[in-house]
Amino acid sequence: MTAVLPPRQREILLSVSLVAAVACILLGVWEFIVWKFDLPKALLPTPRQCWKAAVLERVALFRATVSTGFAAFSGLLVAVAVGYGLAVIFSQSRSLRLALFPYVILLQTVPIVAIAPLLIVWSGYTFRTVLIVTAIVCLFPIVNSVTGGLLSTKQDTNDLFRLYGAGRWKRLLHLQIPSSVNHLMLGIKTSSGLAVIGAIVAEFFVGNGTSYDGLGTLMTGWANLLRTDALVSAVFASAMLGIVLFGTVHLISSVLLRRWTKFATTAS
Amino acid sequence: MISPGVSTLPVTGSGQELVARKNLLSESARVSAIRCQSLSIEYPGGIRAVDKISLKVNPGEIVSLIGPSGCGKTTLLRLIAGLEQPTEGTVSLDPPVQGDAGGIAFVFQQPSLLPWRTAIQNVVLPLDLIGKGSPSTRRKIASELLRTVGLGDAATRFPSELSGGMKMRVSIARALVTDPHVLLLDEPFAALDDMLRNQLGQLLLELWERRRFTVVMVTHNIAESVLLSHRIAVMREGALASVLENPLPQPRNEDIRATVEFGKFYGHVSRALRGE
Repeated sequence: MTAVLPPRQREILLSVSLVAAVACILLGVWEFIVWKFDLPKALLPTPRQCWKAAVLERVALFRATVSTGFAAFSGLLVAVAVGYGLAVIFSQSRSLRLALFPYVILLQTVPIVAIAPLLIVWSGYTFRTVLIVTAIVCLFPIVNSVTGGLLSTKQDTNDLFRLYGAGRWKRLLHLQIPSSVNHLMLGIKTSSGLAVIGAIVAEFFVGNGTSYDGLGTLMTGWANLLRTDALVSAVFASAMLGIVLFGTVHLISSVLLRRWTKFATTAS
Repeated sequence: MISPGVSTLPVTGSGQELVARKNLLSESARVSAIRCQSLSIEYPGGIRAVDKISLKVNPGEIVSLIGPSGCGKTTLLRLIAGLEQPTEGTVSLDPPVQGDAGGIAFVFQQPSLLPWRTAIQNVVLPLDLIGKGSPSTRRKIASELLRTVGLGDAATRFPSELSGGMKMRVSIARALVTDPHVLLLDEPFAALDDMLRNQLGQLLLELWERRRFTVVMVTHNIAESVLLSHRIAVMREGALASVLENPLPQPRNEDIRATVEFGKFYGHVSRALRGE
């Protein structure tokens, strides 16, 4: 059957089959461990119990996933806009780059769980706080990657632009910005996984005692009620959200870069 | 035959061809002579990449720069292009032209095409940068040039969809799109196989026959320099060792490689390169 498929489709089928096989084995081992050691549901529910909880809480789970997904996506967009702007500034001025880049690194190194309560003091228990936390988490990979892209133009091409008297703006518009697109997509890919983490961490704080209904809020509530089966289903929902966000970015990246690079052309 | 220092196109010599060439070149209004006077560049650490070079390239003349690696050929070319500033001496073009007006064109060793632009968009790039002509005029000129270099059907292809030889053709078309007075080439065919190298050398001659721009070309290939140039400047350790007049008749094609004269001059250049 697989022998008649084109190589690309055969590769996809093989990859999906292997992932599904590993999932089946893991679920089987999980089910076996719970049965063998007779673990209580509150400590570790079986996969079937988790599935039942997910079906039972499907409306709340769906609404929370959409809320967190929206927050993660919005935070990512804010990070792209702010990060790209900063990267353009850094690429145009060495002094500003030297002066400000360490602070961008500092923003990355300070744990987000330490910043989140402070942001709540300033911004309140609102969606805006979730957005800011997510954007902060996503910012560094984008600034770092795009700055590198804007500054990594080839010597020959730089000479070509100099020869034709291209000024700062023409160089930025015709050379640096287009050449940074693949670096931007790489930065967004890295940040897309972080966006979901940032949104959920922010929701742990923001959702506490409010009507905000993200996955983080739901998880906090279910953890307090020892509803481990529902909690596990929320973990799976957040993982799926991360995969969907990463996949969407990957798809956009592939379409944008399809004909730009040999690699993308070969891959397509 | 060997004339170091300031050298000019021969005004004497047997045969009507040299006289005809001189007349044709002197009539050309769109090309410039290049004058390098005591040109030197010294990098930090006291490295003198180019040392007091004086060379005149006449309007419409093709001069090859050859010499061992690291002897300063590319640096001299970059000084002529204005991409490097000399520590001593001057470079002047007569009549004067500016690179930012498209008067000087440069072909690099690598095609250096922008991967996000199609072939025609890459050719249009210099016109976009100098702001010459309307968008439709720019495309028309670029399209015509792509046809001239044999890539009329590949205008909408991206560089990733072109072979090495096709990319270099696009690079040459891009250099010529501003109708430059001076064309500078830095080992343009070095990365290509022999067959492609010969084809593109022939293409360069054909393009030169049409436009008669002034050409300075860096090459490591003696046969290429003998086939393409009017004169060959041999460089050694940053200085001009000798300038050899090419006695081979014009126009030239690949068949000339099989002649005794080609072999003789090849040997002459080879000996000059070895310092004999």
